[in-house]
Amino acid sequence: MSFYIASSPHSHFNRTTQNIMQLVLFAMVPGVIAQLYFFGWGVLFQLTLAISVALLAEAAVMLLRDRPIKPALNDYSAVVTAALLAVSIPPLAPWWLIVVGTLFAILVVKHVFGGIGQNIFNPAMAAYVMLLISFPVQMTSWMPPALPGYTAPNFIDSLWLFLTTFTTDGYSLEQARLVELSGSLDAMVMATPLDYIKTELGQGYTLQETLQSDLFSIFAGAGWQWVNFAYLAGGLILLQQRVITWHIPTALLGTIGLGAIIGTIVAPDTLPGFNIHVLSGGAMLAAFFIATDPVSAATSNKGKIIYAALIGALIYIIRTWGGYPDAVAFAVLLANLCVPVIDQYTRPRVYGHGGAR
Amino acid sequence: MSEVTTPSEYKTLARGGLWENNPALVQLLGLCPLLAVTGTVTNALGLGLATLLVLMGSNITVSLVRNWVPNEIRIPVFVIVIATFVTFVELMMHAFTYGLFTALGIFIPLIVTNCAIIGRAEAYASKNPWHKAGFDGLVMGSGFALVLILLGAMREIIGQGTLFDGAELLLGNWAAGLRIELIQFDYPMLLAVLPPGAFIGMGMMIAVKNIIDRQQREKAAKAPIEKAQRVRVTAQ
Repeated sequence: MSFYIASSPHSHFNRTTQNIMQLVLFAMVPGVIAQLYFFGWGVLFQLTLAISVALLAEAAVMLLRDRPIKPALNDYSAVVTAALLAVSIPPLAPWWLIVVGTLFAILVVKHVFGGIGQNIFNPAMAAYVMLLISFPVQMTSWMPPALPGYTAPNFIDSLWLFLTTFTTDGYSLEQARLVELSGSLDAMVMATPLDYIKTELGQGYTLQETLQSDLFSIFAGAGWQWVNFAYLAGGLILLQQRVITWHIPTALLGTIGLGAIIGTIVAPDTLPGFNIHVLSGGAMLAAFFIATDPVSAATSNKGKIIYAALIGALIYIIRTWGGYPDAVAFAVLLANLCVPVIDQYTRPRVYGHGGAR
Repeated sequence: MSEVTTPSEYKTLARGGLWENNPALVQLLGLCPLLAVTGTVTNALGLGLATLLVLMGSNITVSLVRNWVPNEIRIPVFVIVIATFVTFVELMMHAFTYGLFTALGIFIPLIVTNCAIIGRAEAYASKNPWHKAGFDGLVMGSGFALVLILLGAMREIIGQGTLFDGAELLLGNWAAGLRIELIQFDYPMLLAVLPPGAFIGMGMMIAVKNIIDRQQREKAAKAPIEKAQRVRVTAQ
Protein backbone atom coordinates (compact mmCIF):
# COMPACT_ATOMS: atom_id res chain seq x y z
CA MET A 1 0.00 0.00 0.00
CA SER A 2 1.34 3.37 -0.92
CA PHE A 3 0.53 6.69 0.62
CA TYR A 4 -0.38 9.48 -1.72
CA ILE A 5 1.28 12.61 -0.45
CA ALA A 6 0.27 16.00 -1.79
CA SER A 7 1.01 19.50 -0.63
CA SER A 8 -1.68 21.78 0.75
CA PRO A 9 -4.44 22.80 0.24
CA HIS A 10 -5.97 19.48 1.17
CA SER A 11 -9.61 20.38 0.95
CA HIS A 12 -10.85 21.24 -2.48
CA PHE A 13 -13.93 22.92 -3.71
CA ASN A 14 -14.33 21.27 -7.06
CA ARG A 15 -15.58 24.17 -8.99
CA THR A 16 -14.10 25.29 -12.27
CA THR A 17 -14.09 28.74 -13.78
CA GLN A 18 -16.66 27.39 -16.19
CA ASN A 19 -19.02 26.38 -13.36
CA ILE A 20 -18.68 29.74 -11.66
CA MET A 21 -19.25 31.74 -14.80
CA GLN A 22 -22.26 29.63 -15.75
CA LEU A 23 -23.73 30.22 -12.30
CA VAL A 24 -23.14 33.97 -12.65
CA LEU A 25 -24.92 33.95 -16.00
CA PHE A 26 -27.75 31.92 -14.54
CA ALA A 27 -28.06 34.34 -11.63
CA MET A 28 -28.31 37.25 -14.06
CA VAL A 29 -31.43 35.77 -15.66
CA PRO A 30 -34.01 37.35 -13.30
CA GLY A 31 -32.45 40.79 -13.79
CA VAL A 32 -32.35 40.38 -17.54
CA ILE A 33 -35.99 39.29 -17.60
CA ALA A 34 -36.95 42.35 -15.56
CA GLN A 35 -35.01 44.56 -17.95
CA LEU A 36 -36.70 42.90 -20.93
CA TYR A 37 -40.08 43.55 -19.37
CA PHE A 38 -39.45 47.20 -18.58
CA PHE A 39 -37.11 48.31 -21.36
CA GLY A 40 -38.23 46.18 -24.28
CA TRP A 41 -36.50 43.92 -26.75
CA GLY A 42 -33.38 46.06 -27.03
CA VAL A 43 -31.79 44.27 -24.09
CA LEU A 44 -31.98 40.98 -25.96
CA PHE A 45 -30.33 42.40 -29.09
CA GLN A 46 -27.56 43.97 -27.05
CA LEU A 47 -26.91 40.68 -25.24
CA THR A 48 -26.87 38.63 -28.44
CA LEU A 49 -24.52 40.90 -30.30
CA ALA A 50 -22.25 41.47 -27.29
CA ILE A 51 -21.83 37.78 -26.59
CA SER A 52 -21.17 36.92 -30.26
CA VAL A 53 -18.60 39.69 -30.62
CA ALA A 54 -16.93 38.75 -27.33
CA LEU A 55 -16.57 35.10 -28.35
CA LEU A 56 -15.21 36.04 -31.77
CA ALA A 57 -12.73 38.48 -30.25
CA GLU A 58 -11.65 35.97 -27.64
CA ALA A 59 -11.08 33.30 -30.30
CA ALA A 60 -9.15 35.73 -32.49
CA VAL A 61 -6.86 36.74 -29.63
CA MET A 62 -6.23 33.14 -28.65
CA LEU A 63 -5.32 32.40 -32.26
CA LEU A 64 -2.92 35.35 -32.26
CA ARG A 65 -1.34 34.28 -29.01
CA ASP A 66 -0.98 30.64 -30.06
CA ARG A 67 -3.10 29.47 -27.17
CA PRO A 68 -5.78 26.79 -27.22
CA ILE A 69 -9.03 28.37 -28.35
CA LYS A 70 -11.61 25.96 -27.06
CA PRO A 71 -10.92 26.20 -23.29
CA ALA A 72 -10.92 29.98 -23.54
CA LEU A 73 -14.37 30.00 -25.12
CA ASN A 74 -15.66 27.29 -22.82
CA ASP A 75 -14.87 29.07 -19.58
CA TYR A 76 -17.65 31.60 -20.26
CA SER A 77 -15.65 34.49 -18.83
CA ALA A 78 -15.91 36.44 -22.08
CA VAL A 79 -19.65 35.77 -22.10
CA VAL A 80 -20.02 37.16 -18.58
CA THR A 81 -18.03 40.27 -19.50
CA ALA A 82 -20.19 40.81 -22.57
CA ALA A 83 -23.41 40.23 -20.65
CA LEU A 84 -22.46 42.67 -17.90
CA LEU A 85 -21.64 45.34 -20.47
CA ALA A 86 -24.80 44.63 -22.47
CA VAL A 87 -27.13 45.07 -19.50
CA SER A 88 -25.36 48.28 -18.45
CA ILE A 89 -25.82 50.26 -21.64
CA PRO A 90 -29.07 51.79 -22.90
CA PRO A 91 -31.13 49.01 -24.54
CA LEU A 92 -31.85 50.91 -27.74
CA ALA A 93 -28.33 52.19 -28.30
CA PRO A 94 -27.10 51.62 -31.88
CA TRP A 95 -25.40 48.29 -32.61
CA TRP A 96 -21.91 49.65 -33.20
CA LEU A 97 -21.79 50.99 -29.65
CA ILE A 98 -21.89 47.56 -28.06
CA VAL A 99 -19.50 46.18 -30.69
CA VAL A 100 -16.89 48.87 -29.96
CA GLY A 101 -17.38 48.41 -26.22
CA THR A 102 -17.08 44.62 -26.27
CA LEU A 103 -14.01 44.69 -28.50
CA PHE A 104 -12.38 47.19 -26.15
CA ALA A 105 -13.24 45.06 -23.12
CA ILE A 106 -11.87 41.83 -24.54
CA LEU A 107 -8.95 43.05 -26.62
CA VAL A 108 -7.60 45.97 -24.63
CA VAL A 109 -8.73 45.56 -21.04
CA LYS A 110 -8.54 41.79 -20.80
CA HIS A 111 -5.94 40.47 -23.23
CA VAL A 112 -3.46 43.33 -23.38
CA PHE A 113 -2.99 42.79 -19.66
CA GLY A 114 -2.51 39.06 -20.14
CA GLY A 115 -5.91 37.42 -20.52
CA ILE A 116 -8.13 35.74 -17.97
CA GLY A 117 -6.98 36.20 -14.40
CA GLN A 118 -4.49 38.93 -15.26
CA ASN A 119 -6.64 41.96 -15.92
CA ILE A 120 -6.30 44.59 -13.20
CA PHE A 121 -9.48 46.34 -14.31
CA ASN A 122 -12.93 44.92 -14.62
CA PRO A 123 -13.27 44.61 -18.43
CA ALA A 124 -16.98 45.36 -18.60
CA MET A 125 -16.68 48.49 -16.48
CA ALA A 126 -13.58 49.78 -18.25
CA ALA A 127 -15.42 49.37 -21.54
CA TYR A 128 -18.45 51.15 -20.08
CA VAL A 129 -16.31 54.10 -19.04
CA MET A 130 -14.66 54.16 -22.46
CA LEU A 131 -18.07 54.28 -24.14
CA LEU A 132 -19.43 56.87 -21.73
CA ILE A 133 -16.47 59.17 -22.36
CA SER A 134 -16.44 58.64 -26.12
CA PHE A 135 -20.15 58.62 -26.90
CA PRO A 136 -21.93 60.50 -24.11
CA VAL A 137 -25.13 61.08 -26.10
CA GLN A 138 -25.77 57.44 -26.98
CA MET A 139 -24.74 56.24 -23.54
CA THR A 140 -27.26 58.42 -21.73
CA SER A 141 -30.26 57.88 -24.06
CA TRP A 142 -32.31 55.62 -21.84
CA MET A 143 -35.93 55.13 -22.82
CA PRO A 144 -38.26 55.43 -19.86
CA PRO A 145 -39.38 52.05 -18.53
CA ALA A 146 -42.61 50.58 -19.90
CA LEU A 147 -45.41 51.76 -17.67
CA PRO A 148 -49.19 51.83 -17.95
CA GLY A 149 -50.12 54.25 -20.72
CA TYR A 150 -46.94 53.77 -22.60
CA THR A 151 -45.56 50.73 -24.35
CA ALA A 152 -41.97 50.02 -25.20
CA PRO A 153 -41.22 49.92 -28.95
CA ASN A 154 -42.28 46.56 -30.39
CA PHE A 155 -39.89 43.89 -31.58
CA ILE A 156 -39.52 45.13 -35.16
CA ASP A 157 -39.16 48.78 -34.17
CA SER A 158 -36.61 47.89 -31.51
CA LEU A 159 -34.62 45.85 -34.00
CA TRP A 160 -34.71 48.69 -36.50
CA LEU A 161 -33.69 51.24 -33.87
CA PHE A 162 -30.85 48.96 -32.85
CA LEU A 163 -29.60 48.39 -36.39
CA THR A 164 -30.28 51.71 -38.10
CA THR A 165 -31.11 54.12 -35.23
CA PHE A 166 -34.52 54.65 -36.90
CA THR A 167 -37.87 52.90 -36.44
CA THR A 168 -39.67 51.35 -39.39
CA ASP A 169 -41.67 54.59 -39.65
CA GLY A 170 -38.45 56.54 -39.97
CA TYR A 171 -38.49 58.05 -36.50
CA SER A 172 -35.24 58.50 -34.64
CA LEU A 173 -35.03 57.48 -31.01
CA GLU A 174 -35.93 60.95 -29.77
CA GLN A 175 -38.83 61.32 -32.20
CA ALA A 176 -40.14 57.87 -31.36
CA ARG A 177 -40.04 58.78 -27.72
CA LEU A 178 -41.95 62.02 -28.29
CA VAL A 179 -44.60 60.27 -30.40
CA GLU A 180 -45.01 57.36 -28.04
CA LEU A 181 -44.97 59.44 -24.94
CA SER A 182 -47.09 62.43 -25.86
CA GLY A 183 -49.41 62.92 -22.96
CA SER A 184 -48.49 59.94 -20.88
CA LEU A 185 -45.19 60.97 -19.39
CA ASP A 186 -43.17 64.05 -18.92
CA ALA A 187 -41.87 64.51 -22.49
CA MET A 188 -38.59 65.82 -21.21
CA VAL A 189 -37.80 62.55 -19.56
CA MET A 190 -35.16 60.60 -21.40
CA ALA A 191 -33.04 59.81 -18.47
CA THR A 192 -32.50 57.39 -15.69
CA PRO A 193 -34.14 58.29 -12.39
CA LEU A 194 -30.79 59.31 -10.92
CA ASP A 195 -30.12 61.53 -13.92
CA TYR A 196 -33.54 63.10 -13.55
CA ILE A 197 -33.02 63.79 -9.85
CA LYS A 198 -29.69 65.43 -10.58
CA THR A 199 -31.13 67.71 -13.27
CA GLU A 200 -34.18 68.71 -11.27
CA LEU A 201 -32.23 69.39 -8.09
CA GLY A 202 -29.84 71.44 -10.19
CA GLN A 203 -32.78 73.58 -11.27
CA GLY A 204 -33.70 74.30 -7.68
CA TYR A 205 -36.56 71.86 -7.12
CA THR A 206 -36.65 70.02 -3.84
CA LEU A 207 -36.29 66.28 -3.67
CA GLN A 208 -39.95 65.86 -2.71
CA GLU A 209 -41.09 67.80 -5.79
CA THR A 210 -38.79 65.75 -7.97
CA LEU A 211 -40.13 62.46 -6.66
CA GLN A 212 -43.66 63.46 -7.76
CA SER A 213 -42.69 62.63 -11.35
CA ASP A 214 -44.09 59.55 -13.09
CA LEU A 215 -40.55 58.26 -13.17
CA PHE A 216 -40.87 57.25 -9.54
CA SER A 217 -43.23 54.81 -7.91
CA ILE A 218 -43.44 52.86 -4.66
CA PHE A 219 -39.83 52.61 -3.54
CA ALA A 220 -37.68 54.35 -6.08
CA GLY A 221 -37.43 54.75 -9.85
CA ALA A 222 -40.40 53.10 -11.56
CA GLY A 223 -39.31 49.94 -13.32
CA TRP A 224 -35.76 50.37 -12.10
CA GLN A 225 -36.70 49.26 -8.61
CA TRP A 226 -37.93 45.88 -9.92
CA VAL A 227 -34.84 45.46 -12.05
CA ASN A 228 -32.76 46.07 -8.94
CA PHE A 229 -34.85 43.65 -6.88
CA ALA A 230 -34.37 41.06 -9.61
CA TYR A 231 -30.61 41.49 -9.51
CA LEU A 232 -30.80 41.26 -5.72
CA ALA A 233 -32.58 37.92 -6.11
CA GLY A 234 -29.92 36.74 -8.54
CA GLY A 235 -27.24 37.89 -6.15
CA LEU A 236 -28.81 35.91 -3.32
CA ILE A 237 -28.65 32.81 -5.54
CA LEU A 238 -24.94 33.44 -6.00
CA LEU A 239 -24.51 33.84 -2.24
CA GLN A 240 -26.45 30.66 -1.56
CA GLN A 241 -24.35 28.78 -4.12
CA ARG A 242 -21.23 30.19 -2.44
CA VAL A 243 -19.98 31.68 -5.70
CA ILE A 244 -19.50 34.96 -3.85
CA THR A 245 -19.18 35.75 -0.16
CA TRP A 246 -21.29 38.22 1.76
CA HIS A 247 -18.43 40.64 2.31
CA ILE A 248 -18.49 42.63 -0.90
CA PRO A 249 -22.26 43.12 -1.35
CA THR A 250 -22.81 43.95 2.30
CA ALA A 251 -19.94 46.41 2.56
CA LEU A 252 -20.83 48.08 -0.74
CA LEU A 253 -24.53 48.51 -0.09
CA GLY A 254 -23.83 49.31 3.56
CA THR A 255 -21.52 52.18 2.69
CA ILE A 256 -23.95 53.62 0.15
CA GLY A 257 -26.68 53.24 2.76
CA LEU A 258 -24.61 54.94 5.44
CA GLY A 259 -23.92 57.85 3.12
CA ALA A 260 -27.57 58.08 2.14
CA ILE A 261 -28.78 58.01 5.75
CA ILE A 262 -26.35 60.74 6.79
CA GLY A 263 -27.43 62.70 3.71
CA THR A 264 -31.09 62.35 4.56
CA ILE A 265 -30.50 63.54 8.10
CA VAL A 266 -28.33 66.50 7.08
CA ALA A 267 -30.19 67.69 4.00
CA PRO A 268 -33.50 65.88 3.44
CA ASP A 269 -34.52 68.30 0.68
CA THR A 270 -31.55 67.86 -1.59
CA LEU A 271 -29.93 64.49 -0.91
CA PRO A 272 -31.81 61.37 -2.05
CA GLY A 273 -32.45 58.69 0.53
CA PHE A 274 -31.37 55.10 0.94
CA ASN A 275 -34.11 53.60 -1.23
CA ILE A 276 -33.34 55.89 -4.18
CA HIS A 277 -29.62 55.23 -3.99
CA VAL A 278 -29.86 51.48 -3.73
CA LEU A 279 -32.80 50.81 -6.05
CA SER A 280 -32.64 53.42 -8.82
CA GLY A 281 -29.31 52.89 -10.46
CA GLY A 282 -26.79 50.15 -10.91
CA ALA A 283 -26.15 49.56 -7.22
CA MET A 284 -27.48 45.98 -7.02
CA LEU A 285 -25.79 44.90 -10.23
CA ALA A 286 -22.57 46.43 -8.93
CA ALA A 287 -22.83 44.89 -5.46
CA PHE A 288 -23.49 41.32 -6.53
CA PHE A 289 -22.16 40.96 -10.07
CA ILE A 290 -19.56 43.59 -10.86
CA ALA A 291 -17.62 44.28 -7.68
CA THR A 292 -17.48 40.56 -6.93
CA ASP A 293 -15.41 39.80 -10.03
CA PRO A 294 -12.77 37.50 -8.48
CA VAL A 295 -9.96 38.76 -10.70
CA SER A 296 -10.10 42.49 -10.17
CA ALA A 297 -11.41 42.47 -6.56
CA ALA A 298 -9.36 42.22 -3.38
CA THR A 299 -8.52 38.72 -2.15
CA SER A 300 -8.83 38.33 1.60
CA ASN A 301 -12.12 38.82 3.40
CA LYS A 302 -10.89 41.91 5.21
CA GLY A 303 -9.56 43.23 1.92
CA LYS A 304 -12.90 42.59 0.25
CA ILE A 305 -14.67 44.66 2.86
CA ILE A 306 -12.28 47.58 2.43
CA TYR A 307 -12.47 47.28 -1.35
CA ALA A 308 -16.26 47.19 -1.44
CA ALA A 309 -16.61 49.98 1.11
CA LEU A 310 -14.34 52.08 -1.07
CA ILE A 311 -16.58 51.42 -4.07
CA GLY A 312 -19.68 52.26 -2.06
CA ALA A 313 -18.18 55.48 -0.77
CA LEU A 314 -17.01 56.50 -4.23
CA ILE A 315 -20.43 55.75 -5.73
CA TYR A 316 -22.10 57.93 -3.12
CA ILE A 317 -19.56 60.74 -3.45
CA ILE A 318 -19.62 60.84 -7.26
CA ARG A 319 -23.41 60.58 -7.41
CA THR A 320 -23.82 63.39 -4.91
CA TRP A 321 -21.06 65.85 -5.81
CA GLY A 322 -19.71 64.59 -9.11
CA GLY A 323 -20.68 65.38 -12.67
CA TYR A 324 -22.21 61.98 -13.47
CA PRO A 325 -25.58 60.78 -12.20
CA ASP A 326 -24.45 57.20 -11.67
CA ALA A 327 -20.95 56.21 -10.78
CA VAL A 328 -20.68 52.46 -10.53
CA ALA A 329 -18.17 52.09 -13.36
CA PHE A 330 -15.90 54.90 -12.20
CA ALA A 331 -16.02 53.72 -8.61
CA VAL A 332 -15.19 50.14 -9.56
CA LEU A 333 -12.25 51.20 -11.73
CA LEU A 334 -10.83 53.49 -9.04
CA ALA A 335 -11.16 50.72 -6.47
CA ASN A 336 -9.54 48.22 -8.88
CA LEU A 337 -6.53 50.52 -8.87
CA CYS A 338 -6.32 50.31 -5.09
CA VAL A 339 -6.52 46.52 -4.95
CA PRO A 340 -2.75 45.83 -4.92
CA VAL A 341 -2.32 48.13 -1.92
CA ILE A 342 -5.34 46.68 -0.16
CA ASP A 343 -4.04 43.15 -0.73
CA GLN A 344 -0.62 44.17 0.55
CA TYR A 345 -1.97 45.38 3.88
CA THR A 346 -4.67 42.78 4.47
CA ARG A 347 -2.62 39.64 4.13
CA PRO A 348 -3.92 37.08 6.58
CA ARG A 349 -1.47 35.91 9.25
CA VAL A 350 0.27 32.71 8.29
CA TYR A 351 -0.59 29.95 10.75
CA GLY A 352 2.20 29.62 13.29
CA HIS A 353 3.78 32.97 12.44
CA GLY A 354 3.24 36.36 14.00
CA GLY A 355 2.03 36.96 17.52
CA ALA A 356 -1.47 36.19 18.66
CA ARG A 357 -3.02 39.06 20.52
CA MET B 1 37.93 69.26 -40.08
CA SER B 2 40.87 67.61 -38.49
CA GLU B 3 38.92 64.68 -37.18
CA VAL B 4 38.19 61.82 -39.48
CA THR B 5 34.68 60.51 -39.29
CA THR B 6 33.61 57.41 -41.04
CA PRO B 7 30.19 57.45 -42.71
CA SER B 8 29.20 54.41 -40.69
CA GLU B 9 29.29 56.51 -37.55
CA TYR B 10 26.61 58.77 -38.96
CA LYS B 11 24.69 55.70 -39.98
CA THR B 12 24.79 54.37 -36.44
CA LEU B 13 23.62 57.74 -35.12
CA ALA B 14 20.75 57.80 -37.59
CA ARG B 15 19.64 54.27 -36.77
CA GLY B 16 19.79 55.08 -33.08
CA GLY B 17 17.83 58.31 -33.30
CA LEU B 18 15.14 57.09 -35.63
CA TRP B 19 14.63 53.55 -34.39
CA GLU B 20 16.84 51.73 -31.89
CA ASN B 21 17.18 54.55 -29.40
CA ASN B 22 14.16 56.63 -30.42
CA PRO B 23 13.60 59.28 -27.73
CA ALA B 24 9.84 58.72 -27.66
CA LEU B 25 9.46 54.98 -28.27
CA VAL B 26 12.51 53.60 -26.47
CA GLN B 27 13.80 56.22 -24.05
CA LEU B 28 10.23 57.34 -23.29
CA LEU B 29 11.45 60.90 -22.85
CA GLY B 30 9.43 64.04 -23.42
CA LEU B 31 6.14 62.22 -22.99
CA CYS B 32 4.35 65.22 -21.52
CA PRO B 33 4.22 67.28 -24.73
CA LEU B 34 4.07 64.09 -26.77
CA LEU B 35 0.86 62.97 -25.14
CA ALA B 36 -0.64 66.41 -24.67
CA VAL B 37 -0.48 67.98 -28.11
CA THR B 38 -0.91 65.06 -30.49
CA GLY B 39 -4.64 65.58 -30.92
CA THR B 40 -4.12 66.54 -34.56
CA VAL B 41 -1.33 66.13 -37.11
CA THR B 42 -0.89 69.89 -37.35
CA ASN B 43 -0.23 70.32 -33.65
CA ALA B 44 2.09 67.33 -33.66
CA LEU B 45 3.99 68.64 -36.66
CA GLY B 46 4.30 72.09 -35.07
CA LEU B 47 5.67 70.80 -31.81
CA GLY B 48 7.82 68.22 -33.57
CA LEU B 49 9.50 70.86 -35.73
CA ALA B 50 9.97 73.17 -32.75
CA THR B 51 11.62 70.38 -30.74
CA LEU B 52 13.77 69.44 -33.71
CA LEU B 53 15.04 73.00 -34.10
CA VAL B 54 15.75 73.38 -30.39
CA LEU B 55 17.49 70.02 -30.21
CA MET B 56 19.76 70.76 -33.17
CA GLY B 57 20.58 74.27 -31.97
CA SER B 58 21.27 73.23 -28.41
CA ASN B 59 23.33 70.20 -29.44
CA ILE B 60 25.57 72.28 -31.70
CA THR B 61 25.99 75.07 -29.14
CA VAL B 62 26.64 72.73 -26.24
CA SER B 63 29.18 70.90 -28.34
CA LEU B 64 30.95 74.14 -29.29
CA VAL B 65 31.27 75.38 -25.73
CA ARG B 66 31.93 71.98 -24.17
CA ASN B 67 35.63 72.63 -23.61
CA TRP B 68 35.07 75.91 -21.76
CA VAL B 69 32.29 74.77 -19.43
CA PRO B 70 33.46 73.52 -16.04
CA ASN B 71 32.05 70.11 -15.30
CA GLU B 72 30.41 71.23 -12.06
CA ILE B 73 28.10 73.77 -13.64
CA ARG B 74 27.45 72.09 -16.95
CA ILE B 75 23.76 71.36 -16.30
CA PRO B 76 22.79 75.02 -15.64
CA VAL B 77 24.75 76.04 -18.72
CA PHE B 78 22.95 73.45 -20.84
CA VAL B 79 19.60 74.61 -19.51
CA ILE B 80 20.39 78.22 -20.35
CA VAL B 81 21.45 77.23 -23.85
CA ILE B 82 18.28 75.21 -24.35
CA ALA B 83 16.10 77.95 -22.89
CA THR B 84 17.66 80.43 -25.31
CA PHE B 85 16.72 78.32 -28.28
CA VAL B 86 13.24 77.68 -26.91
CA THR B 87 12.69 81.40 -26.48
CA PHE B 88 13.89 81.92 -30.02
CA VAL B 89 11.50 79.30 -31.39
CA GLU B 90 8.67 80.60 -29.27
CA LEU B 91 9.11 84.15 -30.54
CA MET B 92 9.31 82.91 -34.11
CA MET B 93 6.09 80.95 -33.71
CA HIS B 94 4.44 83.91 -32.06
CA ALA B 95 5.40 86.02 -35.05
CA PHE B 96 4.70 83.69 -37.96
CA THR B 97 2.28 80.97 -36.86
CA TYR B 98 0.18 82.72 -34.26
CA GLY B 99 -2.76 80.30 -34.52
CA LEU B 100 -0.56 77.33 -33.80
CA PHE B 101 1.19 79.28 -31.06
CA THR B 102 -2.10 79.69 -29.22
CA ALA B 103 -3.09 76.07 -29.92
CA LEU B 104 0.12 74.65 -28.44
CA GLY B 105 0.07 77.14 -25.56
CA ILE B 106 2.18 76.20 -22.56
CA PHE B 107 3.81 73.27 -24.34
CA ILE B 108 6.15 75.50 -26.36
CA PRO B 109 7.94 77.00 -23.32
CA LEU B 110 7.81 73.54 -21.75
CA ILE B 111 10.20 72.26 -24.44
CA VAL B 112 12.91 73.56 -22.07
CA THR B 113 12.11 70.76 -19.66
CA ASN B 114 11.92 68.09 -22.37
CA CYS B 115 14.28 65.43 -21.06
CA ALA B 116 15.08 64.24 -24.56
CA ILE B 117 16.89 67.53 -25.22
CA ILE B 118 18.93 67.84 -22.04
CA GLY B 119 19.54 64.10 -22.21
CA ARG B 120 21.20 64.42 -25.62
CA ALA B 121 23.17 67.47 -24.50
CA GLU B 122 24.53 65.59 -21.52
CA ALA B 123 24.98 62.18 -23.11
CA TYR B 124 26.23 63.05 -26.55
CA ALA B 125 26.78 66.72 -27.42
CA SER B 126 29.00 67.47 -24.43
CA LYS B 127 31.44 64.76 -25.54
CA ASN B 128 31.48 65.05 -29.32
CA PRO B 129 32.43 67.62 -32.00
CA TRP B 130 29.79 70.02 -33.24
CA HIS B 131 29.04 68.42 -36.60
CA LYS B 132 28.34 65.05 -35.06
CA ALA B 133 26.31 66.63 -32.28
CA GLY B 134 24.32 68.57 -34.86
CA PHE B 135 23.60 65.41 -36.82
CA ASP B 136 22.62 63.64 -33.63
CA GLY B 137 20.22 66.47 -32.84
CA LEU B 138 18.77 66.19 -36.34
CA VAL B 139 18.07 62.45 -36.17
CA MET B 140 16.93 62.43 -32.55
CA GLY B 141 14.62 65.37 -33.23
CA SER B 142 13.33 63.68 -36.38
CA GLY B 143 12.69 60.45 -34.49
CA PHE B 144 10.74 62.37 -31.87
CA ALA B 145 8.84 64.38 -34.50
CA LEU B 146 7.95 61.27 -36.50
CA VAL B 147 6.43 59.59 -33.46
CA LEU B 148 4.50 62.78 -32.69
CA ILE B 149 3.17 62.95 -36.25
CA LEU B 150 2.25 59.27 -36.38
CA LEU B 151 0.43 59.45 -33.06
CA GLY B 152 -1.24 62.70 -34.12
CA ALA B 153 -2.41 61.12 -37.37
CA MET B 154 -3.79 58.08 -35.56
CA ARG B 155 -5.68 60.16 -33.04
CA GLU B 156 -6.95 62.60 -35.64
CA ILE B 157 -8.26 59.85 -37.91
CA ILE B 158 -10.03 57.99 -35.12
CA GLY B 159 -11.19 61.08 -33.26
CA GLN B 160 -12.26 63.30 -36.18
CA GLY B 161 -11.93 61.29 -39.35
CA THR B 162 -9.66 63.94 -40.88
CA LEU B 163 -5.99 64.55 -41.58
CA PHE B 164 -4.15 67.90 -41.57
CA ASP B 165 -7.11 69.70 -40.06
CA GLY B 166 -5.97 73.27 -39.40
CA ALA B 167 -2.74 72.90 -41.35
CA GLU B 168 -3.08 76.55 -42.39
CA LEU B 169 -2.22 77.53 -38.82
CA LEU B 170 1.27 76.17 -39.35
CA LEU B 171 1.95 76.48 -43.05
CA GLY B 172 -0.03 79.53 -44.18
CA ASN B 173 -3.29 79.90 -46.02
CA TRP B 174 -2.41 77.72 -48.99
CA ALA B 175 -2.33 74.73 -46.66
CA ALA B 176 -6.05 74.91 -45.95
CA GLY B 177 -6.43 72.68 -49.01
CA LEU B 178 -4.36 69.96 -47.38
CA ARG B 179 -7.22 69.00 -45.11
CA ILE B 180 -8.38 65.50 -46.02
CA GLU B 181 -11.69 64.16 -44.86
CA LEU B 182 -11.08 60.43 -44.65
CA ILE B 183 -14.15 59.20 -42.83
CA GLN B 184 -17.38 61.01 -42.10
CA PHE B 185 -18.28 60.12 -38.52
CA ASP B 186 -21.72 60.84 -37.22
CA TYR B 187 -20.31 60.38 -33.77
CA PRO B 188 -16.54 60.78 -33.55
CA MET B 189 -14.80 58.69 -30.95
CA LEU B 190 -13.96 61.30 -28.38
CA LEU B 191 -11.69 58.96 -26.46
CA ALA B 192 -9.02 59.19 -29.14
CA VAL B 193 -8.76 62.97 -28.85
CA LEU B 194 -8.86 62.91 -25.05
CA PRO B 195 -5.73 62.19 -22.98
CA PRO B 196 -6.49 58.45 -22.44
CA GLY B 197 -6.44 58.02 -26.22
CA ALA B 198 -2.89 59.36 -26.27
CA PHE B 199 -1.74 56.85 -23.67
CA ILE B 200 -3.46 53.91 -25.37
CA GLY B 201 -2.16 54.96 -28.80
CA MET B 202 1.37 55.38 -27.46
CA GLY B 203 1.23 51.94 -25.83
CA MET B 204 0.08 50.41 -29.10
CA MET B 205 2.92 52.09 -31.00
CA ILE B 206 5.51 50.77 -28.56
CA ALA B 207 3.95 47.32 -28.84
CA VAL B 208 4.13 47.41 -32.64
CA LYS B 209 7.77 48.51 -32.48
CA ASN B 210 8.59 45.62 -30.16
CA ILE B 211 6.83 43.15 -32.46
CA ILE B 212 8.87 44.39 -35.43
CA ASP B 213 12.08 44.18 -33.40
CA ARG B 214 11.31 40.68 -32.26
CA GLN B 215 10.50 39.48 -35.76
CA GLN B 216 13.77 40.92 -37.01
CA ARG B 217 15.68 39.21 -34.24
CA GLU B 218 13.99 35.92 -35.05
CA LYS B 219 14.84 36.36 -38.70
CA ALA B 220 18.44 37.08 -37.81
CA ALA B 221 18.57 34.06 -35.54
CA LYS B 222 17.15 31.82 -38.20
CA ALA B 223 19.72 32.87 -40.75
CA PRO B 224 21.90 29.82 -41.46
CA ILE B 225 25.01 29.84 -39.36
CA GLU B 226 28.16 28.75 -41.09
CA LYS B 227 29.04 25.20 -40.43
CA ALA B 228 30.65 25.07 -37.02
CA GLN B 229 34.27 24.22 -37.06
CA ARG B 230 35.65 21.80 -34.61
CA VAL B 231 38.45 23.17 -32.57
CA ARG B 232 40.73 20.96 -30.68
CA VAL B 233 41.06 22.19 -27.13
CA THR B 234 42.99 19.38 -25.60
CA ALA B 235 46.61 18.79 -26.17
CA GLN B 236 47.45 16.03 -28.49
